[in-house]
Amino acid sequence: MIDLTTIEPALLWTDVLLIGLVLALVGLVWHIRRHAHLAAPWRKVALSRAGMVSASVLAVFAGIGLLDSLHYRPALPDAPALAAGPGAAGKALRHSVELRHSVELRSALDALLDPLPTQVETTYSAPMATRAFNKTALEGAAPGGTARDYPRLKFGGAHLADEGAAKVRDIGERVVRGALSGLACAVGALALLALLCGPRAAIGRFRGWLFGNGEDATHWAAWTLLGIATLAGALAWLAGGYHVFGTDKVGQDVLYQILKSIRTALVIGTLTTLVTLPIGVVLGIAAGYFRGWIDDVIQYLYTTLNSIPGVLLIAASVLMTQVYMDTHPESFETVTARADFRLLFLCLILGITSWTGLARLLRGETLKLRELEYVQAAQAFGVSSWSILGRHILPNVMHIVLIAMVMDFSGLVLAEAVLSYVGVGVDPSMISFGTMINSARLEMAREPMVWWALAAAFVFMFALVLAANLFADAVRDALDPRTRVRGVA
Amino acid sequence: MSTPLLEVRDLAVDLHLGGRALRVVAGVDFEIRRGETFALLGESGCGKSMTALALMRLLPDVGAVAGGAVRLDGEDLMARPEALMRELRGRRMAMIFQEPMLSLNPVMTIGAQIGEVLTGHLGLSAKAAAARTVELLTAVGIADPLRRLDEYPFQLSGGMKQRVMIAMALAGEPELLIADEPTTALDVTIQAQVLDLLKRLQAERGMSLLLITHDLGVVANMAHHVAVMYAGQVVESGSCEQVLQRPRHPYTRLLLTALPEVTGPNQRLATIPGQVPPLDGGVAGCRFAPRCAWVRDDCRSLAPGWDGTLRQGVRCPHADGLAALPEAPRGAGASGQAAGSDVPLLRAVDVSVHFPIRAGLLRHEVGAVKAVDGVSLSIPAGRTLALVGESGCGKTTLGKAIVRLNTLTGGEISFAGGDWSGLRGEALRSRRNQVQIVFQDPYASLDPRMRVADILTEGMAALGVGRNASDRLARVDRLLDQVGLPAAARWRFPHEFSGGQRQRIAIARALAVEPRLIVCDEPTSALDVSVQAQILNLLKDLQDELGVAYLLISHNLSVVEYLAHEVAVMYLGRIVEQGEAKRVLKRPQHPYTQALLSAIPRVDATRQTQRVVLGGELPSPANPPEGCHFNPRCAFADRVCREAYPPPVQADEREVRCHHVVQAGGAYVAAPLRPRLPGEL
Repeated sequence: MIDLTTIEPALLWTDVLLIGLVLALVGLVWHIRRHAHLAAPWRKVALSRAGMVSASVLAVFAGIGLLDSLHYRPALPDAPALAAGPGAAGKALRHSVELRHSVELRSALDALLDPLPTQVETTYSAPMATRAFNKTALEGAAPGGTARDYPRLKFGGAHLADEGAAKVRDIGERVVRGALSGLACAVGALALLALLCGPRAAIGRFRGWLFGNGEDATHWAAWTLLGIATLAGALAWLAGGYHVFGTDKVGQDVLYQILKSIRTALVIGTLTTLVTLPIGVVLGIAAGYFRGWIDDVIQYLYTTLNSIPGVLLIAASVLMTQVYMDTHPESFETVTARADFRLLFLCLILGITSWTGLARLLRGETLKLRELEYVQAAQAFGVSSWSILGRHILPNVMHIVLIAMVMDFSGLVLAEAVLSYVGVGVDPSMISFGTMINSARLEMAREPMVWWALAAAFVFMFALVLAANLFADAVRDALDPRTRVRGVA
Repeated sequence: MSTPLLEVRDLAVDLHLGGRALRVVAGVDFEIRRGETFALLGESGCGKSMTALALMRLLPDVGAVAGGAVRLDGEDLMARPEALMRELRGRRMAMIFQEPMLSLNPVMTIGAQIGEVLTGHLGLSAKAAAARTVELLTAVGIADPLRRLDEYPFQLSGGMKQRVMIAMALAGEPELLIADEPTTALDVTIQAQVLDLLKRLQAERGMSLLLITHDLGVVANMAHHVAVMYAGQVVESGSCEQVLQRPRHPYTRLLLTALPEVTGPNQRLATIPGQVPPLDGGVAGCRFAPRCAWVRDDCRSLAPGWDGTLRQGVRCPHADGLAALPEAPRGAGASGQAAGSDVPLLRAVDVSVHFPIRAGLLRHEVGAVKAVDGVSLSIPAGRTLALVGESGCGKTTLGKAIVRLNTLTGGEISFAGGDWSGLRGEALRSRRNQVQIVFQDPYASLDPRMRVADILTEGMAALGVGRNASDRLARVDRLLDQVGLPAAARWRFPHEFSGGQRQRIAIARALAVEPRLIVCDEPTSALDVSVQAQILNLLKDLQDELGVAYLLISHNLSVVEYLAHEVAVMYLGRIVEQGEAKRVLKRPQHPYTQALLSAIPRVDATRQTQRVVLGGELPSPANPPEGCHFNPRCAFADRVCREAYPPPVQADEREVRCHHVVQAGGAYVAAPLRPRLPGEL
């Protein structure tokens, strides 16, 4: 593991925003828990099995993304050696010479996955393979000098002497051992958590988590997490000896790439809503409440914006950023910082082009709300318009905002993939589902086909988007007053 | 009369909500004979609609029949397979729903919707169906039925839609017609038309009618036999006359005394405290015990059985030994007389509110809806002026203009001697506490996301009433006490309260800023009769106590009779008759007021005046008729009426706008007007 005293934490812009968002979310949850009327609809989410399963899958994705957002710069290996010179002179030197840090940013996820990021083969290799995908000239393999054959991989299955039956047994052993240890770890963690919540009823609580308390579906979340832990355990043990999802053109492990892509998808999905939300909410309810010329201006604005092809606008802005970055290289310390700037800008421009749907939705709802009698009662009290917007309109459209936010998330993750494919997405050096799919374009044309990168990206992106959609459905069912069972006479 | 047409035995219906089963109908027995009008009477939430839906086997997904038998002509309907049930619905049993606006498919023509029933049930050809549809539309009194065939529901008014609904129900020539609150969404004059129509059709066709209603007046006018429902059970059953004249069950008795038209205007209304109990869990004892004025110890533990026959009986063992209701205490003094003065608190002169109609690409004005068109009135301090009229006559618009929620197109309003309609910006804001408003719908008038204390202090904070937050909270407690709610209510949310309690909160909100005038816009029309009595008493008490003046906007004339000192009757944006409440309501002068009064179904048959049924409906205020606005519907209209709008005339100590009213000073003539003869101009 890394020596925590020698690293230098580094904060990228997206890290700051993402962590800020998580803190805000925690604050919101705390606020909702304190208010019974706000918490009531969320309990209905806990009643839905699909909601709980998708929420826990989303939580795992979010955890990976968050780990990948804790960036730092490791100390260069020679720096401590230099500092640790003998005698008083060496001590003085240690004080005067600071630790030198790498220009390459690493994240907590990289550290956790070590040595996976560094286990780079020369080129393509299939999942679980022990030999490369292409033949190369091997020296000394045949008695006559060189021969063309599939070379053994440097890391994939390198521990095996025999590639036949031993490989199968080894894989089987790793899967069983990994799955069991993953499951044991998860159960242990749950038990520890139950104990930490208060030792008195720990056993009952633990049993409730696992077998349900007869009221809600939270035990489904627990089972999902156990399932994921089992899967992750098996994957981790396999990844110790093999490239589970193969390697790409430059020999990098596809599993590693997938895990790195998750952060990009999450950043796009969440930060963009951070941009959309204020614009959409303010313009939407202002248009609906004030009517008249304000409504006209806002409507013209979003109708115009909607009529411009989004991709065109995004392409233009991204290319402009690229020009700025190329002419101001001094502003960016590392390659990652450059890529991050472009990612942030992509979020911004995606946000600016995608607030129109939310604004239109909120305008319609506000038009209805402003005619309601409690709003008129407030007007009769001479309450100022902005107070009415904040106190009466906004809280009553919040459920729409929430639903739209969760629904938009999956759309934005897919949008990133499409934009990167077109070439106006994230920086090419940044790993994302989009860049993976983009490179798969050529791999699919090969004979025999290199299918694993695309398949892996597809499976993970599918899981993420499906979980987001199912969660959005559960949230909508719980929060939308129209789906509630009405009272009957 | 051998076998009854419909027999219902021990019918029970469960609703499964949130994992709990609510027994909303708990063992209902009744029978309907051929050609009989049977009324199921009860307040909202007592299970009468669920009973009707169970008869048709049309319960919502969460509902299920839990037991009992329903026999139509001896055949058990509950045993019938669903496929055969469809043959029955619309053919032998048909149903009319409350909301005519929601019961017709908006994208199908009238002809197609009625034709569907005819071709489906009677197997008529398209041509024969069209001919039959015209006959049906004529039968329900729709003029020009041939043209209506190809029209869509949005082209018809509310009353017409309800007629179409009735025509549709009649299309299958049913033996039993179930009418679920058929006139609740309609205006009084239209209600009178529809009730007359139902009565006539029933007599002509000899069909049975199951009438479900909460309106005692409608029951008195229509029904032969009545069953009163309370909390899922029939508590009293008998002939209409017997139940309404000599009620036996405490609930029926209290319900009748809670009607403002039964009690005199200066008396307190009898109220039934509390509300219909929630139906979850087992109810021990009598379901009415918590609200009963005659409750005895054994009522709370022993569930009362049915005492009597199927046709006549009561669910109360003490029904015959009940003492007379203790005399309700009279209202303090002659109700506001002391506080009232002749100095007008609010005076409106020639007020009009027009809404522009815009059309075309450039949205230019092509006309105006003259919602309020030259209205003058004055409200003395501490008194109540009632504004009466059908929906669409502009009374709510006028009320909102007085609270300054609408902008005036013309005229001016002065308040307490100073200008009111001319105030702008800060000057208006700082005086907004003087005039407040209570809305019709207590469910829409309280922000669901705010607690009661926040709702009540919002106005105080905005208008600077009370020195600081704790001072305002102290006021909240006082206000809650004034409107009869516990102080603990202040940290709760509106959804935790019933309709009546919500209306109390809305009244407390208006009172919070110490207004001198409160505009009450239909304050009780969304409430049940027993709760309405509580609110009316509260309004009266507050006036006696605080000397606040009311502008009462209502279409319910018995509420007006009970509360108002003066009455102004509005028709199409103008006031047609205005004067002291007692005089106007006892001896109406304007033909419209006469028609309005006679259209109200009265419980007390002796007070039912000769019905003057108005034809047609309220014309559009965007395009009022030439001359007197009322002339197309007036039985007395002549050439003068069609040419000039009548000037105000003083008659019988009030102001009337009618060409045919005898001038002031002339003797009052009971029937000054002679109905127009056919052929006469």
